[in-house]
Amino acid sequence: MAEPMLRVLLVDDEAPARRRLRDLLDDCSAALPLAVVGEAQHGREALELLQSAPADLVLTDIHMPDMDGIEFARHLLKFPHPPVVIFTTAFHEHAVQAFEVNAIDYLMKPVRVQRLLGALQKVPRLKPVSAEKLSLLASCARRFLSVTERTRVVLVPIDEIVYLKAELKYITIRTVQREYLLEESLTKLETEFASRFIRVHRNCLVARSFIRGFERRVNDDGDSHWEVLLTGVDETLPVSRRQQFIVRDVGRETAA
Amino acid sequence: MHTATDMRSIIKHNTKLPAVPDPRNVGTILRTIVAVNAAAALYALARSGNVAGVLAEWTRDTAVLEPYLFLVLAVLWILGPQLVRQPFRLAAGIIALVVVLVGVGLFALLQYLDPRPEANLLTWLVWGLVATGGLLFYFQLRARALSPAISEARLQALQARIRPHFLFNSINAVLSLMRSDPRRAEIALQDLADLFRVLMRDNRDLAPLADEVELCRQYLELEQLRLGERLQVDWNIKSMPGDALVPPLMLQPLLENAVYHGIEPSSATGVVSINVFLTRGEVHAILRNPYRAEGGSHHSGNKMALANIRERLALHYDAEASLESRVTKDSYEVHIRVPYRTAGPDRAVDVRARAQSMGNAPRGESGKGSLERGLLPATLHLVAREAAHG
Repeated sequence: MAEPMLRVLLVDDEAPARRRLRDLLDDCSAALPLAVVGEAQHGREALELLQSAPADLVLTDIHMPDMDGIEFARHLLKFPHPPVVIFTTAFHEHAVQAFEVNAIDYLMKPVRVQRLLGALQKVPRLKPVSAEKLSLLASCARRFLSVTERTRVVLVPIDEIVYLKAELKYITIRTVQREYLLEESLTKLETEFASRFIRVHRNCLVARSFIRGFERRVNDDGDSHWEVLLTGVDETLPVSRRQQFIVRDVGRETAA
Repeated sequence: MHTATDMRSIIKHNTKLPAVPDPRNVGTILRTIVAVNAAAALYALARSGNVAGVLAEWTRDTAVLEPYLFLVLAVLWILGPQLVRQPFRLAAGIIALVVVLVGVGLFALLQYLDPRPEANLLTWLVWGLVATGGLLFYFQLRARALSPAISEARLQALQARIRPHFLFNSINAVLSLMRSDPRRAEIALQDLADLFRVLMRDNRDLAPLADEVELCRQYLELEQLRLGERLQVDWNIKSMPGDALVPPLMLQPLLENAVYHGIEPSSATGVVSINVFLTRGEVHAILRNPYRAEGGSHHSGNKMALANIRERLALHYDAEASLESRVTKDSYEVHIRVPYRTAGPDRAVDVRARAQSMGNAPRGESGKGSLERGLLPATLHLVAREAAHG
C-alpha cells in the first residue's frame, strides 16, 4: 500500500539554505514519498502560505527577520491541524540547549541527508511541541499575538494593540480598528510584554504608547477614581485603587 | 569550535616588547612633558616649603628645564624611527647619551651668553639622567602592563570577531551551490579560506590597509552569497591610501556587526557603506549601516567588538587614533581615525602597487557591487597575487 505523500514547507531567510534543503529532500524522495508545498522567507510569510496550502511538516530556521522560528511555531499551534515542526539551525544558539532538554527535534545546518531522512521518517509519530515548551525557548517577546477566526489564524502586531482586557474566559485585544478574542493568561502576557504594557486594573493591560493622559472622575456617591485616556480609541479605562501610583509614574515618564 | 585554550596553542607566542617608547608618539611626548614638569614642581615645593617660594623657584628652574627638555625631545624625534628598532639597552644608552650631549651643549651655550658662576654642569646632568631613567622605567612598566593585554585582546578578538553562525551558514551556502553552480562554490570556498587564513594568523603587527579592505571585500561577498539582494554594499575607497599600516581586522569585525545588526534583522534591502580616505596625515574609515532598534543580547556583541578595536588602536597608536560610533535616526555609523604611517620607502612601493592593482579592478569602483559582477575579478586578483608571490 502506498504511503501518503508527506507535504513539506521550507522556511529560511537565506535562499541558498532553502535550495540546499530542496536538494536534500529530492534525494530523500526516493526513499519516502514527499512534496515541497512551498518556501517562505520568514515565519509570517510561512503562516500566510499555510492558510491556503496545508503541510504535514515544516522545516524552519530559527534566526529570521520579521518573525523568528520559535514565534512561528507558537502561532502554528492555533491551526486546527498544526503541522509538525523541525527546527534547522546553523549553530548551537542558546535555543539548541533548550531543544536538547525538552527533546524537541532540530537539525544542524549543514544538514546531512541521512539525518534529514531519519527525521522525515519520524514525522508521523511526532506531536507538535507544546506552547509552554515553546515559550520557554523564546529569547524575546513575540511580535504578534495570534487569534483563530473561523478556520483562519489572524496575526495582530503587538505594536498595534491599545489594550488587553480579561473578560470571563477570554482576553479582548483592542486595536484602533477593531477587537479580537484571545485565549491566553493575562499574567503571562504581562510578564512577556512588561516593557510595552502597564497594568491599570486587575483585568486590564494598557500599551504605554497609547496612553494620552488621565482624567479624574467623581462618582454619584462622591468617590473619585482615575480614567485612562487613549490615543485613537474613544473609550476610557478605569484605573483601580491599587494601581493609582501609575498615574504619577506614567505622567513622569511622558514628561521626561 | 576551538576554545580559548586551543587558540592559545594555535597562535605562536611571541612576546617581544617594543624596545623603547616611540619618541614620535603624541602620547609618549605628552606623558614625558607632564611627568618632567610635575617632578620639577614637586622639587621646587620640597626646597622652598611655602607657596610664594615655589613659584619663584619653579620659574627659575623651568627657564632652563623647558629648553633642555624640548631640545632632547626634538633630537629624539629625529632619531625616533631608528631608535625604536634597537634593542632596549642600546636604545636606552643612546637616549642617555643624547641627554648628556644636549645638556653639555646647552650648558656651554648658556654660560657663553650669560655666565653664572653658581651654575653646575654636574647637577644638570644628574637631574637629566635621573629623569631619563625614571621615565624609561615608567614606560617599560607600562609596556609590560599592556603586553598581556595585547595577547588577551588578540585572543578575545579571535573569539569575538567571526560568529560561528557565519561560518556554518557560509558553508551551508557553499553546499547549496555545489550542484547548481560548482564554479561559484569554488570561488566562495577560496574566499572563505582566505578569510580564515587572516583570522588564524598572528595579528599583532600592523598590516597594509589594502589587505584589510580586500579581506572586507571577500567577507562581504560571502555574506552576499547568503543574503542575496538584501545586502547592498557601497564602496567609496577611491582616495584610500592602500599602503597605510593599520591593525589587522580593524574593519572586518565592524562590517560583520553591520551585517548582523543592520541587514539580517530585516527582510528588506539594506545598504552597508564603506568610506575610506586620507586627509591631513590621517586615515579615516567611516562605516555606515541601517539602524534597527532591537533589544536583547545582540548589542553586547557589538559593544565587545568596538571595545576590542578601540583597545587595539590605543595599544598601537596611544592617543593618536580614535573610534567613535553614533546612531542617527535610521543609520548606525562607526568612524575610525588613525595616523597615516607606511612601512617605509622600500616596502611601500610593493604595497602601493598591490593597492593600485586592487583599486583599479572593476569591483573596486565605488558602487553597489553585485555578486555576479564581483566574483570574476576576485579570482583574477587572487591569481595575480599568487603569481606575484611565486
